[in-house]
Amino acid sequence: MLTDFTPWQSLFGGSLIGLASVLLMLVHGRIMGATGILAGAFVPEAPGDRGWRIAILAGMVSGPLVFWLATGAMPAVEVPVSTTMMIVGGFIVGLGVTFGSGCTSGHGVCGMARLSRRSIAATLTFMLTTAATVYVVRHVMGG
Amino acid sequence: MRLFLAYVIGLVFGLGISISGMANPAKVLNFFDFAGSWDPSLAFVMGGAFVVAFIGYRLVFRRPAPLLAPRFAVPGNTRLDAKLLGGAAVFGIGWGISGFCPGGSLPALGTGNTEVYIFTGALLAGIIAAKLLMQFTIKWSSARAAA
Repeated sequence: MLTDFTPWQSLFGGSLIGLASVLLMLVHGRIMGATGILAGAFVPEAPGDRGWRIAILAGMVSGPLVFWLATGAMPAVEVPVSTTMMIVGGFIVGLGVTFGSGCTSGHGVCGMARLSRRSIAATLTFMLTTAATVYVVRHVMGG
Repeated sequence: MRLFLAYVIGLVFGLGISISGMANPAKVLNFFDFAGSWDPSLAFVMGGAFVVAFIGYRLVFRRPAPLLAPRFAVPGNTRLDAKLLGGAAVFGIGWGISGFCPGGSLPALGTGNTEVYIFTGALLAGIIAAKLLMQFTIKWSSARAAA
């Protein structure tokens, strides 16, 4: 499935992701990591630590609705893989981000911006294994 | 006020994900498909986010503390260990299979797409399984140390 190259739109969306990360550090002193915020909402780290996480998650889910109000269309969600691959992929992502202490937002944006050694190493590692997996699925297995 | 600001910050993030294309697995997978239908857009998402966060963090860290919390909760660990790198490698395999990372899928829940709910359910199951496994390993190794 081909997708359009959208440099300006992606740059603008990316800047908003960066802005949200900066605002969360300024206001709450926290890393904007989707994995950590989600996991902490279900398994709280400390008493009273759940509210802000649920508020952020509610804000995230409202994102597409505001996009719809502004443009008249929901953001595109095209899934080029089977439901089985969604389930298997989702479970593997859950294992990996928990052991790896973060994902694209926590390591790839916030950690990289802090020039954290751990985040730079984690980001390089997962970008490499993602590319290798896409190659194997699409060009070796022919999915 | 705390919760309202957290909601607005989540909204800015969710809007950024929606505009950038990160909520679209087809677009994310194409970024990694150099040998096929390559779409370099994701580099612009990561680039934009990095530049804004890099500059913004430097300004924020001039303050002694955040606005509504006693201190900055920033990880101090700098060790590169097998758990970090192994976890990151496994995450990439799952990302390459599904095209969704947690930061992309959570805002995408707002579109009502069924596949996103299936992915996010599996994601939560994986997170809980890993947490249980980690607790079990800690108990087992401390029991062995005590014996």
